[in-house]
Amino acid sequence: MPEVISTAPADALEIVEHSPARLEGDILEVSMGPQHPSTHGVFRMNVALDGETVVKLKPVFGYLHRNHEKIAEGASYLASMPYTDRLDYFCSLTNNWAYALAVEELAGLEVPERAEYIRVITAELTRLMNHTCLIGFLVQDMGATGTPLMYAFREREKILDLIEELTGARMMGNYMRFGGCRCDLPAGWIEGAKQVVADFPKFLDEYENLLSSNEILMARTQGVGVLSGELAIDAAISGPMLRASGVNYDLRKVDKYGIYDRFDFRVPLGDHGDVYDRYMLRILEMRESLKILNKALDEIPEGPITDAKAKIRGFKPKPGECYGRIEAPKGELGFYLISDGTPKPYRYRVRPPSLINLTVLEDMCLGQKIADVVIILGSVDIVLGEVDR
Amino acid sequence: METGESVSQAVDSIEDIREKILKDVDGADVSVFENASPCAQHSLLISRASGLSVANYLKRSGWDYCSNATGVDYPDKVEVVKDKKTDVVDGEEKEIVEEHEVVHPGNLEAVYHLYAVVKREGPLVIRMKTGNRTDDIKLPSLTPVWRSCELQEREIYDLYGIDFEGHPDMRRLLMWEEFTEFPMRKDYVEPDDYEFEPTPHGEVLERAAGYGTGRS
Repeated sequence: MPEVISTAPADALEIVEHSPARLEGDILEVSMGPQHPSTHGVFRMNVALDGETVVKLKPVFGYLHRNHEKIAEGASYLASMPYTDRLDYFCSLTNNWAYALAVEELAGLEVPERAEYIRVITAELTRLMNHTCLIGFLVQDMGATGTPLMYAFREREKILDLIEELTGARMMGNYMRFGGCRCDLPAGWIEGAKQVVADFPKFLDEYENLLSSNEILMARTQGVGVLSGELAIDAAISGPMLRASGVNYDLRKVDKYGIYDRFDFRVPLGDHGDVYDRYMLRILEMRESLKILNKALDEIPEGPITDAKAKIRGFKPKPGECYGRIEAPKGELGFYLISDGTPKPYRYRVRPPSLINLTVLEDMCLGQKIADVVIILGSVDIVLGEVDR
Repeated sequence: METGESVSQAVDSIEDIREKILKDVDGADVSVFENASPCAQHSLLISRASGLSVANYLKRSGWDYCSNATGVDYPDKVEVVKDKKTDVVDGEEKEIVEEHEVVHPGNLEAVYHLYAVVKREGPLVIRMKTGNRTDDIKLPSLTPVWRSCELQEREIYDLYGIDFEGHPDMRRLLMWEEFTEFPMRKDYVEPDDYEFEPTPHGEVLERAAGYGTGRS
């Protein structure tokens, strides 16, 4: 960094003559956020700039912190279920599933087959919703104001209608229960879902036609924000960001939780680990999700939706601990629970993919232009309700 | 694009991993911490002194993905112990019960969940304990081994007060810099008036002094 130069008139001439530092320019510190529209919430980055180039970037967290974990440790196990909706408020149903999965492993509960199918269907619908909107936001951050995002929101609204019909709420589902789901599918829901899934590829093709080979999008994203596979593993990056860096690690394949071993789908991988790969990977992942949805909607069996052994009231797992994780749309969402045999968890920890994916934000932004920081952050896919908890 | 099924080979039990660590790492102090839950995720309790060398060894042997790092608080426990002994009182043998309190000192704990990306194994749970909850709260930072601990150890420091030695940037993560307490500890007292947040400004701090509980 060039040293700070005094601008006192007495030695001004000397500086001009002898100091090359002045030609390199001063370092300018910019505080981006917390109200910056591209930060997707209340997130702040202290960026040091040399001209337009980023030389340092320090994220500042905590503007939305409400200590979710402390609140959950003072409540019963089930009472935390609605609160998990508020972590990543775009994907409430996958949050529910991750928490239910961790508790089920802790207490040794079984999930009936129909409930497993419903979980897969809702999770994949959530993934479609999350990925389309993320692309909308990303393109909006590049300056394509409005149109692509509204296209995405139009499709999201169709899925939200399905979720509202099923859970009673558009976004705050509170749908999963330990050992199953809260209520069965309403009449005609499967047909409605099949219609949405059947229409989706057409939208995806149209969307891709407009974006994937768009010159501006390619120029802004290719080679920007490169993340190597080694660093991605070292920093425990998860989800589409990890796979865009070429690491084949999808928890639906690795852990085979739920009934994911019954579905035939591929794991798309990126070659370059740049923003364009992260964009493309999400498009490809949506196409794979559609395959899963088609099969699941065809095969869903009749039957009970909750484990008869699972107690709603007075639920007390035996002492022990468990870490359960799923492949949420944003990455590995895990819950670490310690039970001491009482109705409240002794320790309740959320492993937030959004927060941990931000570990490498500085590494991706160094040497890039300030305008690219917005895009790189957009491609990480964060929701501040989960980052700050 | 896809490598398909996971590599099939025998998965080491937690005892095997412990034996290997004891064999290969000088001065390692590792014990197995049993987990009674049906998921049977047993863990390795590692002493503070050998924490960094064991972590380095584990990373070299394939545990390259440190997914989750978090803290746990165990407050001091007071137990009433009853001692029974027989004594001769007035020529008769009698059983006398003496009660006295035994304080089990509490501690703070850092828990790490490790996975192996290529071998697709895991989780391997490792944990380290501090000496107590007040002044002996240092643990070796594992951020030099797994970069993913960077923000998570900052969060543990913020919410539990474990001081990680060797962390490149040991600051609070979620609470503000002037905050002095550790909210996730079991004995944390919530402020009785959230509207009355003390801020760095002197005037407000003065008004806040002595107001309510749980704040300075």
